[in-house]
Amino acid sequence: MIAVIDSCGSNITSVLFALQRLGADATLTSNPEVIKKAERVILPGVGAAGTAMERLKEQDLTHCITSLTQPVLGICVGMQLLFTHSEEGNANLLDIIPGKIRHFTPEKDKTIPHMGWNSITFGNTHPLVKDLPENSYFYFVHSYYPQVSQYTIGECSYGDTFSAIIAKDNFMGCQFHPERSSKTGALILRNFLEIPA
Amino acid sequence: MLTKRIIPCLDVKDGRVVKGVQFRNHRDMGDILEHAQRYAEEGADELVFYDITASSDGRVVDKEWIRKVAKVIDIPFCVAGGIRNIEDARKILNDGADKISVNSPALENPEFVTELAEAFGTQCVVVGIDSLHEDGSYIVHQYTGDEKKTLKTSRDTMAWAKRVQELGAGEIVLNCMNQDGVKKGYDIEQLQAIRRSVDIPVIASGGAGKEEDFDDVFTMTGADGALAASVFHTRQIHIADLKQYLSDRNIPIRL
Repeated sequence: MIAVIDSCGSNITSVLFALQRLGADATLTSNPEVIKKAERVILPGVGAAGTAMERLKEQDLTHCITSLTQPVLGICVGMQLLFTHSEEGNANLLDIIPGKIRHFTPEKDKTIPHMGWNSITFGNTHPLVKDLPENSYFYFVHSYYPQVSQYTIGECSYGDTFSAIIAKDNFMGCQFHPERSSKTGALILRNFLEIPA
Repeated sequence: MLTKRIIPCLDVKDGRVVKGVQFRNHRDMGDILEHAQRYAEEGADELVFYDITASSDGRVVDKEWIRKVAKVIDIPFCVAGGIRNIEDARKILNDGADKISVNSPALENPEFVTELAEAFGTQCVVVGIDSLHEDGSYIVHQYTGDEKKTLKTSRDTMAWAKRVQELGAGEIVLNCMNQDGVKKGYDIEQLQAIRRSVDIPVIASGGAGKEEDFDDVFTMTGADGALAASVFHTRQIHIADLKQYLSDRNIPIRL
């Protein structure tokens, strides 16, 4: 069973539908016991990282998430939550993966948020990116980004170069929305479902 | 590289896809799910679902359809039509929409844009602007889904675009009413003006008639995406062919 953490109150349904299309058994939950026992965990998120972090605290989920040992995938703001700190609202995050979330540098002719399909390069052969061609396109919607670090397995560039996909031990994350990234997004989710639990 | 988006729009009335000319005389264009699925498969970069009479009828978009469409497509999904309060918006997002687009309700109550952005994040909030070019100025119109109820507002289009950006909109869809459904090309001048007015993404809407129109709008206006309806519904333009055409002309496109 896949536990999809119900932390942000909305916009999770498309993640559930994407998992259903792959034939996965997914449950939306904020119950720490259900999350701990799940074979895999997905942490989605939209809105501001600080607000999402507050919701996790209110639901007493922060310790539950940091102590998980099964494969965990953070999506969009859910991925950002895995890092140490966000410039957005000066928020402290879960600190599972060292690193900071920064605001895109404003430039002429650069619209913010970074919204649309952008390509990713892979410097790595992590199982999460298995069978994905170089420069595959994914759908992004965000104004803040995780910096590139040793945990980066996919890089994207929008004026600033940032981590589009990350992995550290059992924790993985993608800044884009795999549930809305057509066939390439479905492949990432399938790869995640196939990573040994 | 961030690509330009090709966005088919399903204008929906009474559970069917329809299309009018300059927002009048709507004709039946077919089944909602068939169109939605076909566009996702043909490589559309996003899908807009617009319940055109929801606002003018004083009701909210038909939610049963949102769920059905969200289940079958794997591309971003934006929903519009009569979303007046946070609860409406939350329900639509919970039914599988990724973004919500507001138009007439934002004109009724501009602070609503800020409430939406605070509740769901600016990335979720699209503001649609229906703009008519008249006597040398661009004027925002309201309740355009029903020709009998359409109102001319006192708002200048560029000023309203700046205002909705300040209020927290994450994207603007500019519907150029003079061009709607007439297939003579996008309103290049107006789109250039709006691109200069705001820093958030702008989607061009109204006037697509042939592949060259898409080339022009991307080359000449800096629009981030181009929305069209009739040319896709009637299969006059096939999305996969259009994207290949644009890519061959060095427009950044996801193939």
